[in-house]
Amino acid sequence: MKAHLLSAADLTRDDALLVLDTAQELAQIADRPIKKLPTLRGRTVVNLFYEDSTRTRISFEAAAKRLSADVINFSAKGSSVSKGESLKDTALTLEAMGADAVVIRHSASGAPHRLATSGWIRGSVVNAGDGTHEHPTQALLDAYTIREHLAGGAGDLAGRRVTIVGDVLHSRVARSNVHLLHTLGAQVTLVAPPTLLPVGVEQWPCDVSYSIDAPLPQTDAVMMLRVQAERMDSAFFPSAREYSRRYGLDARRMAALPEHAIVMHPGPMNRGMEIGSDVADSERSVIVEQVTNGVSVRMAVLYLLLGGAPLVADEEESA
Amino acid sequence: MDAGTTTQDSAGMHPGDKPVMSESDIARAITRMAHEIDERTTGAHDVILLGIPTRGVELATRLGARLSEIQGRAVPVGSLDITMYRDDLRRRPARALLPTEIPAAGVDDALVVLVDDVLYSGRTVRAALDALNDVGRPRAVQLAVLVDRGHRELPIRADYVGKNLPTSMRENVRVALAERDGEDGVFLSGPKEQS
Repeated sequence: MKAHLLSAADLTRDDALLVLDTAQELAQIADRPIKKLPTLRGRTVVNLFYEDSTRTRISFEAAAKRLSADVINFSAKGSSVSKGESLKDTALTLEAMGADAVVIRHSASGAPHRLATSGWIRGSVVNAGDGTHEHPTQALLDAYTIREHLAGGAGDLAGRRVTIVGDVLHSRVARSNVHLLHTLGAQVTLVAPPTLLPVGVEQWPCDVSYSIDAPLPQTDAVMMLRVQAERMDSAFFPSAREYSRRYGLDARRMAALPEHAIVMHPGPMNRGMEIGSDVADSERSVIVEQVTNGVSVRMAVLYLLLGGAPLVADEEESA
Repeated sequence: MDAGTTTQDSAGMHPGDKPVMSESDIARAITRMAHEIDERTTGAHDVILLGIPTRGVELATRLGARLSEIQGRAVPVGSLDITMYRDDLRRRPARALLPTEIPAAGVDDALVVLVDDVLYSGRTVRAALDALNDVGRPRAVQLAVLVDRGHRELPIRADYVGKNLPTSMRENVRVALAERDGEDGVFLSGPKEQS
């Protein structure tokens, strides 16, 4: 592992498997009477959230607390950011307070990278979603969930077929998943209307389809993306109803999936838009499980970044 | 598991290694320890063996098999990873976690015997006691080790010892077990040159 987790594309297969294996051991903690480990005692994790978030923020908070770290939550609303404070000055403040790790969500793609490489802070930076770029811990928890259901909870995802449907253009979840699932050996197919695919998608390590119905019968896991109305400043499809009819996952489409296939959604869902309510609540849906797995995966990431010695002298391990 | 032993070192037979226990010595020691556990616990049927990864787990499995024969019941065997409880975590890059498998019935009110390969500083056992504390509340905890090499840094002692092996702090004790290393044996090697 590197000192920061900025992008799923940075993770090697071994890094990713280390996170998943670690998360698997940590998942047992949730079943114990005492859901806490002393490992990060005395370390401070700052959740720096410039964008609204429910599950990612509380997931990171729960993960850090289960490892006994001190958690400081910062949201842009109600802070000096609304008075115009820059990212740099906020970062310098956090550094002065002794943050060992900063979990950052920002509407600007690349903000975590800037934070990690500008020398403003010494701690580890974890990207919790930056603009339309990446959301690596989401991809890790998705890979974990797929592995638990379809690969017996061990090894990589070689040969599994994952179909990601929806607003790929605005989705950091899709980008992170394509890179990570590819690294782990899965075959990814993106499904979206042409207007919701980013420029250059043909260079991503995945297939692209404009039709949802073609890939479904060969799909092991289908991941529905949220239609991100807040990021859409122009019309990308004629109407919500038409989008739902052509790209939504309803009970009829779910029936086309193989028997063992699972249905995923990173949340928050627009029920009735990209996913039918009956599908979201069906037995095949692992959406709630994804949230549970998110805590284990984020514990693993925080442990691997913060648990050991500072990661400057990597070579020492060989001794 | 303690820093300073090379039990993690899986690279076969080293030149200059002095064998101190053979395959049959280990088998006899395990049989004797199983009888001692039965005797000292007056045949108690609530004994659970928890091995400390890595080689403590294989030893616990062997010890459990012998104890099951003696007691005529299936003695529960599990493993307890101590990585997250180590006191030297910050001295090395984050380590991969090893499996923790607590028998389904849990450890509450049971007599837990922790099993490890080498007892050295005692820090591993200290971490194991902390880890066990978060899993449940056994009625008593005891410690079984294949080799006690001395040089304790904490007030910890073993209840069952396969072999007391006086060593110099500069020497290394290497335990090999067939399940993991292809052969059984305990070896003592001289001071390793710092590379």
